Amino acid sequence: MSESLFGEDVIVRTIARLVAPFIQLFGLYVLMHGHVSPGGGFQAGVIIASSFILLALALGLPESKERFKKTIRLPMESSGPLIFALIGVTCILAGGYYLQYGIAFLFPPAVVSAILISAVEIGIGITVLAMIVTIFYAMAGD
Amino acid sequence: MTWASHLPIIVVLIPLLTAYITPMLGWMDKRICNPLVIVSTSFAFIASLLLARSVLTRGVISYHMGGFAPPFGIALVVDYFGAYMCIVISFLTLMAAIYSREYIAKELHESKTAPYYTLLMLMTGGMMGASVTGDLFNMFVFFEILSISSYALVAITGKKVAILASYKYLLLGAIGTSFTLVGIAYLYILTGTLNMADLSVRLASLYGVGRSSWTLLVALAFFMVGYSIKAALFPLHTWLPDAHSMAPSSISAVLSGILIKVGALALIRVLFNIFQPEFVVETIPVTSMISWMAAVAIIVGSLFAISQVDLKRMLAYSSVAHIGFIILGVGLATGYGTTGGILHIFNHAMAKGCLFLCAGAIIYKTGLRNIDDLAGLGNKMPFTMAAFTIAALSMIGIPPTAGFISKFYLGLGALETGTWSGWVFIGAILLGSLLTAIFYMRVINNIYFKEPLHREDVQRDETPLGMLIPILILAGGCVIFGIFPRIPLSLAEPAAKLLLGI
Repeated sequence: MSESLFGEDVIVRTIARLVAPFIQLFGLYVLMHGHVSPGGGFQAGVIIASSFILLALALGLPESKERFKKTIRLPMESSGPLIFALIGVTCILAGGYYLQYGIAFLFPPAVVSAILISAVEIGIGITVLAMIVTIFYAMAGD
Repeated sequence: MTWASHLPIIVVLIPLLTAYITPMLGWMDKRICNPLVIVSTSFAFIASLLLARSVLTRGVISYHMGGFAPPFGIALVVDYFGAYMCIVISFLTLMAAIYSREYIAKELHESKTAPYYTLLMLMTGGMMGASVTGDLFNMFVFFEILSISSYALVAITGKKVAILASYKYLLLGAIGTSFTLVGIAYLYILTGTLNMADLSVRLASLYGVGRSSWTLLVALAFFMVGYSIKAALFPLHTWLPDAHSMAPSSISAVLSGILIKVGALALIRVLFNIFQPEFVVETIPVTSMISWMAAVAIIVGSLFAISQVDLKRMLAYSSVAHIGFIILGVGLATGYGTTGGILHIFNHAMAKGCLFLCAGAIIYKTGLRNIDDLAGLGNKMPFTMAAFTIAALSMIGIPPTAGFISKFYLGLGALETGTWSGWVFIGAILLGSLLTAIFYMRVINNIYFKEPLHREDVQRDETPLGMLIPILILAGGCVIFGIFPRIPLSLAEPAAKLLLGI
């Protein structure tokens, strides 16, 4: 599929191009509010990934891929779980159990757990984003 | 908290972390994957040994993930059996990883090196996790990790037959996991908890109480079928011969050597940790039922193996028979019997791992898979074939190899039941061993005593050293642990006693 589904339709192309950054911004909002409100890493990853899927539908697969290259996706896929696991290890090093967020480590426990949970969510978001896009590209004939 | 108290999570983390580092490093330089995997599996092996020592000195270890005490949080509970399984898993994976360096370079396309090691480490992490977890749903998750990576590993060569075998494995494996998921759901409806220790306490009050006892039985049935598929117990073994013979040989060794045993581990956990031993032995005779199935598996698996012409397929059918030995030991539910079953996990892992690695070495050097073509290999690859013979003797159960000890314990366990069915099981063990002797002796006869068709082909052409070392270590293990069976028994015996509550 080299061409987009909608050919050279100006309205579709322009709207997709305009909306994509806002979708990504909303994804970031969902990501950073994961620990206090509905949302979190997985949802945010899917939302941001959907912006790339939108671009692929409107502008065509090659152009979408150009914006999110394999060389970026591949490290992202692995780094998310690594962030998750290393934060768990950090908790061990700080004297708690694996993934025990509420430990006193430089800051009071509540602050530490807020930071660590956000970091874990970011890790999940990165992986989900890269994986969903990779799966979509693969199914679209990568 | 000392660092040693974190060992339960460390043994799971090491392979999983490596699994995520491997694709990144492999993307930069493919040659780095293998040393990385070998080093990390060695660390996992050392950590497993330390874990076993710590379990032996301090008793069962419970590790609270995230600091939430069970039953509210996920707990990793390492008993003797879990620590024992960790050692077996990390040891055989280490051997397969050392072997893979030269084997994979020839067998797989270069672009598949990093995915191969990633999947291998994911599978190991899944197996380690399933061994140490004390939470039923957590075990399901780890089973998914190890199953999905093994589906991919079976198909990794990209040959059509391998993809077909993997697809068959995937369908049956998916049925198995869905069955266990339904079983977990029923137990959760009944009790509202997923922690194994908590479940066993809560379920005890439900035995024989009206409708809930029926739900309990349905859940048990779902677990038995689901995990029997994973363990390839006889009528549900149909995926195994294809998947294990079509995978790359290093993977076949891991699949046959330990992956199906993790299914057996899950069966043991369900029977003895979640349900009380008295319930599954006396109230509902599940254990005697699976013993009969296992006895049939021993005979039928061996008979199927005799009729094979493909070496790896024959080894795969032999695994069907030997998972029967393990499950028979579990089903006997006597001190000696279960010890024998647990011991056979280790002995079979070494012997079958060695045999599959030898089969891989034969394919690597000559490309031969047909048993009748193997004539003259005894002169061509003397060390590999000597290791093959030792491992085959261990499979048959000839003293002083390790296989004899576990079969001896199984026989003692069958006698311990004191019923007529015990004598039938002894007959099955003996007949199974005799049938095993028939098909392994056929291979050994071809290797050493049959005239090769082309005499000029038979030159000394030994397996490369990197592949020979793990083969020889495993073959040596078959003998050493047959002469000194106390070493594995020091964990297997308390494991069986703790599981049965005697």
